[in-house]
Amino acid sequence: MTTGHEALTVQGLDKRFGGLHVTRGVDVQLRAGERLALIGPNGAGKTTLVNLMSGVLKPSGGSILLAGVDVTQRSQAQRVRQGLSRTYQITTLAMRLTVLQQVEMALHQREGLASRLWRAADGYGALRDEAWELLDSLGLAAVALRTPAALAYGEQRLVEIALALALRPRVLLLDEPMAGVPQSEGATVLAALQRLPADLAVLLIEHDMDLVFRYAQRIVVLAEGAVLASGTPDEIRRDEQVRSVYLGH
Amino acid sequence: MEEVVLRPARPAVRQRPAWRLSVAVALASVLCWFVLPDQLALLTRIAAMALLVLSLDLVVGYAGLATLGQAAMFGVGAYAAGIVALRWSADPLVGLLCCALAGGAMAGLSGLFLLRYQGFTFLMLTIAVAQIVQSLASKLRDWTGGDDGLSGYLLSPLLGRFEFDLEGRTQYAYVCAVLVILLYVLRRLMNSPFGLSVQGIHQSRARMSALGTAIVPQLWRMYTLAGAVAGMAGALTAQTALVVGLDSLGFNLSAEAIVMLVLGGAGRLTGALIGTAVFMVLHHTASSINPYHWLFVIGGLLMVVVLMPKVSWRALPRPVLRKLGLHAAEPANKKEVLA
Repeated sequence: MTTGHEALTVQGLDKRFGGLHVTRGVDVQLRAGERLALIGPNGAGKTTLVNLMSGVLKPSGGSILLAGVDVTQRSQAQRVRQGLSRTYQITTLAMRLTVLQQVEMALHQREGLASRLWRAADGYGALRDEAWELLDSLGLAAVALRTPAALAYGEQRLVEIALALALRPRVLLLDEPMAGVPQSEGATVLAALQRLPADLAVLLIEHDMDLVFRYAQRIVVLAEGAVLASGTPDEIRRDEQVRSVYLGH
Repeated sequence: MEEVVLRPARPAVRQRPAWRLSVAVALASVLCWFVLPDQLALLTRIAAMALLVLSLDLVVGYAGLATLGQAAMFGVGAYAAGIVALRWSADPLVGLLCCALAGGAMAGLSGLFLLRYQGFTFLMLTIAVAQIVQSLASKLRDWTGGDDGLSGYLLSPLLGRFEFDLEGRTQYAYVCAVLVILLYVLRRLMNSPFGLSVQGIHQSRARMSALGTAIVPQLWRMYTLAGAVAGMAGALTAQTALVVGLDSLGFNLSAEAIVMLVLGGAGRLTGALIGTAVFMVLHHTASSINPYHWLFVIGGLLMVVVLMPKVSWRALPRPVLRKLGLHAAEPANKKEVLA
């Protein structure tokens, strides 16, 4: 898999909650088509970093550039429009809408149709076809007419990914896509991650080290809010500091 | 040999047609005209109140904004109807349009401030707004009649032809026609991408933010539209009763509308209609039997509805569902072979 120009650049990012300094001068570069994993022990500030990148939180310092454009002060909605999409650690699906309706909703949003008042939501034939194609590609077509409450947890995680992909992002932030997924469904989620578009820049937060080392081309290790190490999976595996943080020796 | 790709068949699922509910209500209205000719005044009040509860359903049931201030928009609409009829035009349709604008403007203006808050804070502020409006109405005696209420206005014939009669037949037909038209409009609205988006916000704000939805503007549009509908409900009440009192802006009205919505089921337009009809018929019947203790009946019924385990029509046997046309399309289990 080849990687290209920088899709996301984080420079000296800082976040304080009162006296608590949770993100300390973090630098991360993510190139188009790259698979980058962000790892670190619990409380290292991984989810905070994703929240800062996606615009859920405003940073106390530093900057975030999307394809070279400074989006530090822009809202989450503006960042989505500029090609940044994310999933959450805990499933955040609309539990009473069907999977198909939710994907269509994402497509309406992408196409700027979400405020249309009159035409029926299912009356956009091309978007409906696209929704089915997307669900097909993730193996979700068979459950398209069910609500998330009727799905296995692994399927719910896939729906989250489908919604993120429906926005046709340039950068995708995956916050622990395997969290809570039973082992029996893990392979399906991993297969879906491996089928993500080749030109998409993916930043993956994950505790499952097996998945991280199989999936990522580059790994950034975070500890106490700062970057501890960065490199290829082999380099990280051999890094003494990382071993000490994870293994305590 | 060509590779064979197995894909599940795509069922053609469509939303229910928007006109279905309107046609059902229109038919029920015509039936009531013939079956209950002595109860047209009550039925007119039910139809007008149903519009208020529908507007509340848009805000509470669909958008998930808990409010106890919907009477502010209803009352503004009601007073606007009286003032327009007294000072400008006695045409009921001109009055109705003005009231939609007044209710929408009231909701739009207050929504700019209110929608910055959520949950309990939002709820309390909606009550505060309604109380301020009620207090203003009480002070502006020259316009509203103050504590005595606004009266003395008359309406010209509907469409220049149909006089508002003592039996209330024109009023009934007028209010039912507005209800039927608005039901169609609201069903279209809720079936639209906008309606879907608002339901998405109700069910998961975080998800909708991640999709790039501008949450507050979207909620503001819905709040304003609901305000316009509440304004029309107020107008119809004022135009048919020919008097507007301060109680049309009161907390009690907002609370009663919530009870009606809960009785029928929030988040579906039929629920608002059923809840309003059940509440008002019970109110009418129980209060005529015992004017002092009718609230026991309403309270008891509310407890039954809230505490009773949820029973879904989906629990009905499939053949019955098919007959009723309620059978939801399921994805086919059969695999369709596509070369």
